[in-house]
Amino acid sequence: MDKYIEMIRIRFLMMLAYRTNYYTGILIYSINIGAYYFLWSAIYGEKDAIEGMSVIQMSTYVAVAWMARAFYFNNIDREMAAEIKEGKVAVELIRPYNYLGMKTMQGLGEGIFRLFFFSVPGMAIVSFIFPLQFSADWTTWLFFAVSILLSFLINTQINLLTGITTFFLYNNTGLIRAKRVVIDLFSGLLIPISFFPVWAQDILRFLPFQGISYVPSMIFTNSFSNNEAIQAIIMQGVWVLILIMPIQVLWIIAKKQLIIQGG
Amino acid sequence: MFYIAIFFQYVAQYMKTRMQYRADLFVEIFSDLLFQAVNLIFIIVVFGHTNLLGGWTRDEIIFIYGFFLVPYALFSSFFNIWDFNERYIVKGELDRILTRPIHSLFQIVLERMELESLFGAVTGIAVMIYAGNSLGLEISWTDPFLFFLFVIGGMLVYGGIFVMIACISFWADARTSIMPMMYNIGNYGRYPVDIYNSVIRFVLTWVLPFAFVGVYPASYFLGKEEWFLYSFLTPVIGIVFFGISILTWNSGVKRYRGAGN
Repeated sequence: MDKYIEMIRIRFLMMLAYRTNYYTGILIYSINIGAYYFLWSAIYGEKDAIEGMSVIQMSTYVAVAWMARAFYFNNIDREMAAEIKEGKVAVELIRPYNYLGMKTMQGLGEGIFRLFFFSVPGMAIVSFIFPLQFSADWTTWLFFAVSILLSFLINTQINLLTGITTFFLYNNTGLIRAKRVVIDLFSGLLIPISFFPVWAQDILRFLPFQGISYVPSMIFTNSFSNNEAIQAIIMQGVWVLILIMPIQVLWIIAKKQLIIQGG
Repeated sequence: MFYIAIFFQYVAQYMKTRMQYRADLFVEIFSDLLFQAVNLIFIIVVFGHTNLLGGWTRDEIIFIYGFFLVPYALFSSFFNIWDFNERYIVKGELDRILTRPIHSLFQIVLERMELESLFGAVTGIAVMIYAGNSLGLEISWTDPFLFFLFVIGGMLVYGGIFVMIACISFWADARTSIMPMMYNIGNYGRYPVDIYNSVIRFVLTWVLPFAFVGVYPASYFLGKEEWFLYSFLTPVIGIVFFGISILTWNSGVKRYRGAGN
């Protein structure tokens, strides 16, 4: 266990060394949130509420969805693809740790770093610029904390799955990009799932993506009742468990047919 | 002329390498299509809840998006410099580039081109035809020429901005995270700028002029006369921004000292 915690720490320190990147990052995320804020304001126009969400709830949703993305988002799929392509994965496999576990921990180290140096200050800055609403209820914050951690796990698992496909496809930049686009739309980052037509919602209910952005953001904006929030969090937990299976299966197959292309 | 010959030789080489990983090529084209579809879905879902977006109808917004796709496709085919820092500065690849008798930026454009992105232009034109049909737009004989001019202008705007950002690497050696997120900002040019507040509108027009890639030039074809002036500024802004970026690049290259090794 120690070595995994050490991995988190190393990645955290590595990110800290490059922290200047994040000042520009916050600025640009804020511009990003701003543009969506104006877009949604124009969409709301004179309307008070759409699908039970007021325009303030919507701006809070957009802000928290983006700032939470800084936490759960990572590029471990791309890192894995690069390591596999360059043949470095051979060395990684000899080392006395679980490669996938180690990647997850690196992602977590990155996530924790961005949570403190990106999401929290970013959220503070954004709340000065745009009218946002923060819940005073501590249960909301608790639910949000649990939910966002599960978001990280689901997103990371999907990244691991995408990364493993490099073993079979050898070059999967296209797939990685496709995955990112699908997640941005179907996770509810761009539009809350409740805005989709009913038939689309029925399909999305059976997919893991809404556990990434929609659930924590809805909890944060108080758009879920306590009951709904608990149900949604349980769904996230179930997805984390379900996703372990394809990862393990693919991983075992991948290791068997591993071809090192270089190194 | 030498440059044109080199260009086609690179294209031929490129085709050969891409055909090696055919499966990935198809996935990549598919993922581009998916990306374009996602944005259309966004527009369609949003218009399920409203009829007008800042005074623009659904089909007008879709038309703007279709237009945006064309210069964007050209840009993403030829200006893949988002990883310039890691690829050329940190790994010292720029040393190799600088020993050759062609302009360094042109070589990087050639080395990093992704011609499959050109499919985006096809999608864009298809989207424009669809939206134009439902809007009952008519095509006059000048339109194809202006379209060409505006598309090139839009591509140069994008290219200029990204080359300038790549140039940061000549002065600051830390990895910059501006690049990937600039792609997000670029997307805002495809919505009508009048929905943003005046500061953002100003930024999108004069600082990071992404509005000249989508909404401004597209307004001409939509017959929005209040924007015509901006439409015709598109090629000018494109040339100005791209020109500045080339100058920045050249002075950056002079500063380049190599990464060692």
